[in-house]
Amino acid sequence: MLNIRNLHVKLEEEDKAILKGVDLEVEAGKVHAIMGPNGSGKSTLSYVLSGRDGYEVTEGSATLLGHDILEMEPEERAAAGLFLAFQYPVEIPGVGNMTFLRTAVNAQRKARGEEELSAGDFLKVVRERAKELKIDADMLKRPVNVGFSGGEKKRNEILQMAMLEPKMCILDETDSGLDVDAMKLVADGVNALRSEGRGFLVITHYQRLLDHIRPDVVHIMSDGRIVKTGGPELALEVETNGYADIVEGAA
Amino acid sequence: MVAEAKKAALEERLDGLTLPEGGGWLAAARRDARDRLDAVGLPGRRDEYWRFTNPAPLVARDPEVSDVSQSPDPFDGYESVVITIEDGVVTLPDTLPENLQIGTLREAGEADIHWAKDIYGTLEAMGSRPVLRPLATLNSAYATDGVVIRATGPVAKPVHIRTTGTGDPILHHVVRVDADASLTLLESGTAGARSNVATEIDLADTGAFHHIRIQGPDHVRHPNTHLFARLRQESVFKSFTLSANGLLARNEAVIELTGDDATAHIAGAAFGRGDFHHDDTVFVTHDAVNCESRQVFKKVLRDGATGVFQGKILVKEGAQKTDGYQISQALLLDEDSQFLAKPELEIYADDVACSHGSTTGAIDETALFYLRSRGVSKRDATDLLVLSFLAEAIEEIEDETLREHVGGRMADWLARG
Repeated sequence: MLNIRNLHVKLEEEDKAILKGVDLEVEAGKVHAIMGPNGSGKSTLSYVLSGRDGYEVTEGSATLLGHDILEMEPEERAAAGLFLAFQYPVEIPGVGNMTFLRTAVNAQRKARGEEELSAGDFLKVVRERAKELKIDADMLKRPVNVGFSGGEKKRNEILQMAMLEPKMCILDETDSGLDVDAMKLVADGVNALRSEGRGFLVITHYQRLLDHIRPDVVHIMSDGRIVKTGGPELALEVETNGYADIVEGAA
Repeated sequence: MVAEAKKAALEERLDGLTLPEGGGWLAAARRDARDRLDAVGLPGRRDEYWRFTNPAPLVARDPEVSDVSQSPDPFDGYESVVITIEDGVVTLPDTLPENLQIGTLREAGEADIHWAKDIYGTLEAMGSRPVLRPLATLNSAYATDGVVIRATGPVAKPVHIRTTGTGDPILHHVVRVDADASLTLLESGTAGARSNVATEIDLADTGAFHHIRIQGPDHVRHPNTHLFARLRQESVFKSFTLSANGLLARNEAVIELTGDDATAHIAGAAFGRGDFHHDDTVFVTHDAVNCESRQVFKKVLRDGATGVFQGKILVKEGAQKTDGYQISQALLLDEDSQFLAKPELEIYADDVACSHGSTTGAIDETALFYLRSRGVSKRDATDLLVLSFLAEAIEEIEDETLREHVGGRMADWLARG
């Protein structure tokens, strides 16, 4: 599904390397988690994969279903099936959540040469999906993320994911700023989307999210590299011993 | 002493004009305005409030020629009492809702006694001090016609003035809203290649006036408008203007809060590109206790377009408990566009709350990336963010159906580019 080979990335503005040779393969139907201390390059990886400005790839490759995504515009990556759930979802005053969702869904359908969803069909689907995520009608009418609580914003990200039906989902620190109940709701939403044809990359600093979204594979990232890979038990090791031992052990 | 240049400009401008015929009080008001105009001349680039906008196209003898507008009226589909003004010819509606009187300025001017007599040229003259507004004074002298509207109680339907044509009309409207009366006025149309429209609005105690104006989307236009409003006790004045395109638009609003507990809101959303030049000049005077005023102006500029905002809040001595607010913001979509803002506060009372702000910025890159990461193209994402930026000004429209109507029109025009 997602194949990253020897990926080196530096900041465009300054000559500072952030990713120093990342190798990672996420298979369809699997959930991979990336854990690591602050500043290890986890969020940078998610931005580079989704096409945010400000980063320069100096070496290596990243493909999604065999397509080189690093050469694509962000909207082309989305149409190719990539989705990033933001750590800090952006507020867009004056644009209704529903309008935004429909614009996004139809833009992707159009880019893939599919027919656009009619207003009626769209409404039906969005209401169903919203209900599963306990997103009420009011939240759909309000401007995108404006006045939403931390939990509502993250649920709204998952709603977008559910509507866009991506092949590869990257969740960037989705647990940040959430209390236990909110996190459980978000995790349930993600779990409902797990399927054979879909891959997940869950980026998190803490193990607690992984109690709810059980990963198949856990990677530890440090100083721009993946330094250790293991099963779910690796997350528990981090919880007990912290990152220091693992990172030093790998070095 | 009028500078020679101004006098020369006035002579040139007046060369093609004659004082409209007719007698009665209107003729006297015109002569008075003509005398005042002689004493001040026409604006030049050195004038304090014309430094950002070159008045040349507005003071030239002849306007730039334009074609008849092919655009449908932006209020089409919205139920209202329609007055049409085509190439200066006023056509009044056949039937009127309750509490509404409408006439032409020409007819009103012939009457021995008419309520408009106490307003015509009076609010304009009041509003021309301390800052001169010679183009409004010229309007009071040379307006060929206009509409006089009086609300004697709540008027159920909005009154809509549609001004179309290709010429160079000078029109003057007079509005009076009586005690406990309310009126919504809609205005639309290209008016002409160049237009000079002055509207005087007199609000009695507790009177309420709502004004929604849509200018555009035709580009070859030079609208020059003035709103003069006098607010008495507990009266409410709310005006909103949507402007799409236009070679040169200068919209002035001069609002005097003369009665306690009155409210005046004025707002605008404007967008254009290239040789688009849009100027909002607003002067709000607080001359009573516990009044609230609010100015909200937003402009989106691209491909070298220019936006101007000159807004003043003057709080006179004794106008305690004044609550004044002013914000002007521009979104520049490239480095060639510019926004020139001159926010001013002048306060002579010690127990007031006044604030003002002005910002100029580019598209938020994070928001742009967020939208694109969801599959929305860069162009559509930019459009959405432009809409988002202007939406805050649209929010100033109080009536929900009108707000949605104007917002929808704006979205259509933005989508077409």
